[in-house]
Amino acid sequence: MPRVSFPQVLQRHVVCPPVDVDGTTVRQALDAAFAVYPSVRGYLFDDSGALRQHVTVFVDGQVVRDRRTLAQRVAVDARIDVLQALSGG
Amino acid sequence: MTDTLLVATRKGLFTLRRKAGTFRIADPEFRGVPVSMALCDPRDGATYAALDHGHFGVKLHRRTGRTWREIPAPVYPQLPKGPGGKVTVEKEGGGRPWPRTLRLVWSLEIDPRTKGGLWCGTIPGGLFHSGDGGSSWQFNEGLWSQPARKKWFGGGFDTPGIHSVIVDPRNADTVTVAISCGGVWRTTDGGKRWENVSHGMRATYVPDAQAGDVDVQDPHRLAMCAQVPRRIWCQHHNGIFVRKDDGAPWREVTAKAKSRFGFACAAHPEDPDTAWFVPAEKDECRVPVDGRVVVLRTTDGGRSFDVLTKGLPPKNAFDLVYRHGLDVTGDGRLLAMGSTSGRLWIGEGGGERWREVDACLPPIYALRWVAS
Repeated sequence: MPRVSFPQVLQRHVVCPPVDVDGTTVRQALDAAFAVYPSVRGYLFDDSGALRQHVTVFVDGQVVRDRRTLAQRVAVDARIDVLQALSGG
Repeated sequence: MTDTLLVATRKGLFTLRRKAGTFRIADPEFRGVPVSMALCDPRDGATYAALDHGHFGVKLHRRTGRTWREIPAPVYPQLPKGPGGKVTVEKEGGGRPWPRTLRLVWSLEIDPRTKGGLWCGTIPGGLFHSGDGGSSWQFNEGLWSQPARKKWFGGGFDTPGIHSVIVDPRNADTVTVAISCGGVWRTTDGGKRWENVSHGMRATYVPDAQAGDVDVQDPHRLAMCAQVPRRIWCQHHNGIFVRKDDGAPWREVTAKAKSRFGFACAAHPEDPDTAWFVPAEKDECRVPVDGRVVVLRTTDGGRSFDVLTKGLPPKNAFDLVYRHGLDVTGDGRLLAMGSTSGRLWIGEGGGERWREVDACLPPIYALRWVAS
């Protein structure tokens, strides 16, 4: 199962250790993770459902370029890392 | 006697408490996190804090007893998506993008009609209501659907925002809100219908022909006299205005002062002729006039100002007091003022004598006395 990990900095506000989920795309995997940690969604996605500007998703170490659809396929053993983008110095 | 002050800052929520006559400040909650607004509801003792996580959005927390819990933040309804699921974004009056995304909780007030009733004004301009202590929020469509909203525009922020929400104690269905920049709006039916009640204000930052356009006014802050609620004071972008009676036009206060530019204002809760303002030099130079922190107080309905200085920095000051950085207790005797330089003062005797409580806090966003 894909493993989804959330930013370390987020742990202070909402406890969300890595979680193994079902899903064949990034979006499906994230949605499954949000089913486990419902309050995490609002930290990573805005009111319109868009990935927040300073949040970046990696799959097996590679940045997900299609931030809008998050339709990129993921392998059964993929590592999906959600990180806070480096910004502001 | 009011003994507790909430101090919302760029790096946490501090609480100031008076013990044995001395104010002491406690370590902050939400240490390091910007807190844009705070409110204590005396009906049930709940305290609310609005956090601006920046990268991770805006969140609300409620404390009952000693425990803080995250509660839902208001969410903007979206326009239908475009081709390919693209988010549709409007433009504000200045032509800049106006995304329907919560950017800041800018005002939080009690709605006395229901237990746990709250009004929440936000950037980018949406008003929300909760009937259950913030466990859920309803978007106010009545105000948002006003055709004149297309003319609203951002002032200091990129998009418009509601920073003042005033509930009329005579009838809580009457609510007045102020928008930077979009004027002063009032509902008398609890939020279904709204009208712009900015008549009499003038704007110097638009062409002369539009100066009186009610929809482009930039009220920086409203303050109502609690005992005489028909009296409302307004620190506007280019002056000070007062509304003396229900339905009356705003009248500009032209009493002599080195500056009438500023953000904060506070109204005496009992005396409608008394109000306080904190001037800065001018729009393009937001520092104290001559480096000297002063508070302007009128006690005659705006005909003249007292310049209150005792205990405030006499020179070399760069403090700016944001619009929520001034508050007065329910008896009108004690003021609190906090600045962008992290200085916090308590003003006794209605501001006659000021005392610096802490000189090295983070930039101060909002102060709220906790009603006892």
